[in-house]
Amino acid sequence: MVKLTIDSQTVEVPAGTTILDAAKSVQIKIPTLCHHPDLPPTAACGICIVKSNGRMVRSCCTPVAEGMEVITRDPDIIEARRTVLKLTLSKHPNECLTCLKNDTCELRKLSADFGIRDTEFADITPTKEELPVDDSTKSIVLDPRKCILCGRCVEVCQNTQNVWALSMLKRGINTHISPAADEKLGNSPCIKCGQCTAHCPTGALTERDDTQYVWNMLQDKDKYCVVQIAPAVRVAIGEAFGYKPGEITTGKLYAALRRLGFNAVFDTNFGADVTIMEEGTEFIERFVNGKGVLPMITSCCPAWVDYMEKYYSDMIPHFSSCKSPHEIVGALSKTYYADKIGVEAKNMRVISIMPCTAKKFEILRSEEMFSSGFQDVDVSLTTRELARMIKQAGIDFVNLPEEQADSPLGSYTGAATVFGFTGGVMEAALRTVHAVVTGEEMPEDALEIKPILGLDKGIKEMTLNLAGKEVRIAVAHGIGHVQALLEKVREAEQKGEEPPYHFIEVMACDGGCVGGGGQPLGVTDEIRQARMAGLMQDDRGSKQRCSHQNPDVKKLYDEFLGKPLSERSHHLLHTSYQPRPLYKK
Amino acid sequence: MVELSQEQVEKLKALGRTQKETLLKLGDEFKERVAHFKASIYTCNATSCHSGGASSVIDTFKEALKSAGIEADVRMVCTGCMGLCASGPLARVEIKGQKPVLYQHVTPDMARLIVAEHVAPALKSEGEINTSDYLKQQELSLDLPFFQKQRKIVLRLLGHSDPEDLGEYIANGGYQGLMKALTMKPEEVLEVIKKSGLRGRGGGGFPTGVKWEMLAKSPLVDGEKFMICNGDEGDPGAYMDSCILGGGSHAVLEGMMIGAYATGATNGWFYIRAEYPLAIQRMELAIKQAKRYGILGRNIFGTDFNFMADIRYGAGAFVCGEETALMSSVEGKRGTPRPRPPFPTQKGLFDKPTAINNVETLANIAPIMVNGPEWFSEVGTETSKGTKVFAITGKVKHSGLVEVPMGTTVGEMVNDVGGGTSSGKPFKAVQTGGPSGGVIPASELHMPLCYEELKKIGSMMGSGGMIIMDEDDSMVEIAKFYLGFTVDESCGKCAPCRIGGYQMLQLMNKIADGKGTKADVAKIKEIGNAMQKASLCGLGQTAPNPVLSTMKFFKEEYDALLIDGNEPDAVETEKEINACNINTKR
Repeated sequence: MVKLTIDSQTVEVPAGTTILDAAKSVQIKIPTLCHHPDLPPTAACGICIVKSNGRMVRSCCTPVAEGMEVITRDPDIIEARRTVLKLTLSKHPNECLTCLKNDTCELRKLSADFGIRDTEFADITPTKEELPVDDSTKSIVLDPRKCILCGRCVEVCQNTQNVWALSMLKRGINTHISPAADEKLGNSPCIKCGQCTAHCPTGALTERDDTQYVWNMLQDKDKYCVVQIAPAVRVAIGEAFGYKPGEITTGKLYAALRRLGFNAVFDTNFGADVTIMEEGTEFIERFVNGKGVLPMITSCCPAWVDYMEKYYSDMIPHFSSCKSPHEIVGALSKTYYADKIGVEAKNMRVISIMPCTAKKFEILRSEEMFSSGFQDVDVSLTTRELARMIKQAGIDFVNLPEEQADSPLGSYTGAATVFGFTGGVMEAALRTVHAVVTGEEMPEDALEIKPILGLDKGIKEMTLNLAGKEVRIAVAHGIGHVQALLEKVREAEQKGEEPPYHFIEVMACDGGCVGGGGQPLGVTDEIRQARMAGLMQDDRGSKQRCSHQNPDVKKLYDEFLGKPLSERSHHLLHTSYQPRPLYKK
Repeated sequence: MVELSQEQVEKLKALGRTQKETLLKLGDEFKERVAHFKASIYTCNATSCHSGGASSVIDTFKEALKSAGIEADVRMVCTGCMGLCASGPLARVEIKGQKPVLYQHVTPDMARLIVAEHVAPALKSEGEINTSDYLKQQELSLDLPFFQKQRKIVLRLLGHSDPEDLGEYIANGGYQGLMKALTMKPEEVLEVIKKSGLRGRGGGGFPTGVKWEMLAKSPLVDGEKFMICNGDEGDPGAYMDSCILGGGSHAVLEGMMIGAYATGATNGWFYIRAEYPLAIQRMELAIKQAKRYGILGRNIFGTDFNFMADIRYGAGAFVCGEETALMSSVEGKRGTPRPRPPFPTQKGLFDKPTAINNVETLANIAPIMVNGPEWFSEVGTETSKGTKVFAITGKVKHSGLVEVPMGTTVGEMVNDVGGGTSSGKPFKAVQTGGPSGGVIPASELHMPLCYEELKKIGSMMGSGGMIIMDEDDSMVEIAKFYLGFTVDESCGKCAPCRIGGYQMLQLMNKIADGKGTKADVAKIKEIGNAMQKASLCGLGQTAPNPVLSTMKFFKEEYDALLIDGNEPDAVETEKEINACNINTKR
């Protein structure tokens, strides 16, 4: 432990603690701008300066030292901070009222806290012509004029995700963020994971706002609008309405969606149960019957699929051909469900609410996303966009009654809801695979497969005994960790050795979808953990906890699909992959 | 490094001892090799003389010596910087038993005359040499204060030897410092450097021995610890590092190796900007020779000391002279500074402990080892020991590279060493410390040049650039020039420097155009204060110095340009801004 004084208060904190965190322990919140608790400090903005033994230092990255005397607030410090803030504002457009990040912008909030009324310095913001908006990905919008060069997006894109789509270009006053050589994001290695948007303090990086399309559809009387919510949305959207992270708001969410005017409220979790039926069977085919290569790798995460197609296209044969759950619900809505209710598929619109920006890209990823004969999912909204729609509609979310989802694509098992966090897809698959292979249900106390759950490690490994055969399993979250895993697979393949794993789950975002790029801002491990706990609670409270036990799923196979991997399944629920270049020509 | 068996190590040690003998013999061989020469002609071919046509001068000398039939008697040496760059190309003729003669502005035609009228007659007769009036006019007296006021430690071999001849370096005591260090314990070597009082010559003035001690205390990471030589000199007008590397690369390598032995470093990197091809070429050669003679490698000179060194090129970004940005650049990343702590000596290059020393600092090490710390600390002031190399330029008669004892006054530098202003007009001010420094006005001629005094006046030592100005120079323009430089060179990482510098430059342009007001001056001071306090690295922290220091000493020049310059000043509520209250590591 290290003892120091902060504003004359004695503080004792573990060695290595930063001044910023030490100050928090005595209720002093030093103002910051570039700092994000989820990322290592970049030390760019110069707002968090304090005096340490009389010398100005950045509190975000300066560790405490024994006997240190820290002053966090004096006229000197305040004046310097104000000037830096005014300078930052002098190169930032005054477009707050129409900015997507209006209510969440950290720069706007800081200016409000500091009571800045006039920037005083000349406005040197580049024009839109000089630094144009880049919306080439259809998922993420980059407006470099609003960027304050905090460096968070570059950090998360290069180091957390190992994607290297974003970088700092040029220098001095001309420094800006962009893909290499000022290429458009849509032509860059960007995998649309949206982690940049989830960490950006200003409106420089945002999800593409598709809410207007949805409003238009809802107002069109000729359109039958179907909506579905992803597992991780239900434990996060509440944050926009004052709930704690992780609180389950599924019932209120269904109610809100109904009030927004959706004709049918479904749940992506139903699609997750179907995914397990298909993907689980596919794994059994490969593992037990030797049809197809091992390891098999999950494919529900579109950012991961995009990454694999760009960086590891040699892994294509390893990928499960199964579509992601929201695409499955989309395809089934426009075929199975449309037939049931007698609505023409061309008049049906499917909207998915996702914790993800990459899903916006996925709905147009390939021809196979049009398996119903129409676009299977018409619009994909992020959790943040739906929260704005609910607010705009004047729905008092907190006081809504709890409602149920509609039948038949609205019911789900506990196995489906755990899709929302790292390890969950694997866990759900193993619950069903175990039952199919051994002919016995997994015992209740074995349903939660502890070694592959949790946030602590980027790669989690285990070996499971399945009817006397060993299944080697690996789970990765955060694309940055995938490289090591795939290199191992590659190496074994090149040497003609036994594969190091049989089954691999990958989710592009840290923590899986609970920490997705479309989720409410300000995510930290603490928040990921809370959201994950919410989904675990949802699982434990479910009547059925294995996908194959879902009665509506059984009915779907009886009435429509036949059996997993049937011809109809293949047509509607499966896809294929192709190598893609990092930079389009 | 790969683990070796005890037997292999013993073999290598035996080899090292042989290599040491061979190396020492090189020096004797050199002496034998040059003993028969009756005369020597040293021609400077460093940057300035080279661009003045020194190469063709050298060729002509060789030709002329050949036609005179005396090429076997005269040693032609292409040397490093001789110092008086304004008078280049320079050639010094040394005839045994006679006073050396220095010729300035040497052309190929003059080279022929020098051989015909001076060298050839001298070799034939013992009597007085009578050169033509023309040649006499081109003689430079070695009694000039420019030469007499200097005391050369770092530059001692420049202009006097062949920088590519390892034998000559050995004959002049080269690698004796390293050999002596290897007979001592590392902590004893550290003690010598600490005792000498040597401080970093790159600008910050951090005690070298203390920095090395910090590195010595850091444990190896993955079996490695690094030394880096910072040769990314980028201050406008400063070129000492280029000349030291180009004219005495072995001395810098030797200094680094002594540091490596004292600190336990395993590898060294010379970070040299790519615009210095001669420096790079000479350092490459030095490393090659050192490897060949077992100076670099395993079990050096039969001891347990192992060390390897390599070169990395800088792409010319000024900020890469800042030590943390430099490390990012060596790692192949964008050259932007990182926060400190962790200090490089704890977590540096590739996250391993690293000490970064300036070229001139390292060039001081071997002489200190050979002559002892007292010999070094006798020279200089109470807190600034030894000598300092300055690049004295601008409106001064004798511009060039000089090495003077610390504590030499500004007046001595300008009037004696520099020989006064080149225009003959009154001296107005001298800018020191480059774009990070400030001005010293004529009223401060008595000021001794040392770290503390320079800082007190709002400037800094920097790498040792000195730009002399006379009464015709506009201080506002000078400040604008330097600010423009740092604005161009700002890496763009942190807001105070990136936006503050740019906004300040706009205001300076406004003032220079006669459109500024006192409110603009106040804004400049406000920005300057924030840049000094909130910038991440030394570049940003010191960028406002030239502006703030000219505002302090030449307020009337600013007032004369302001629209409301005649009106009384508003009552200054803010504290007087101390123009240089921040210590930088450049």
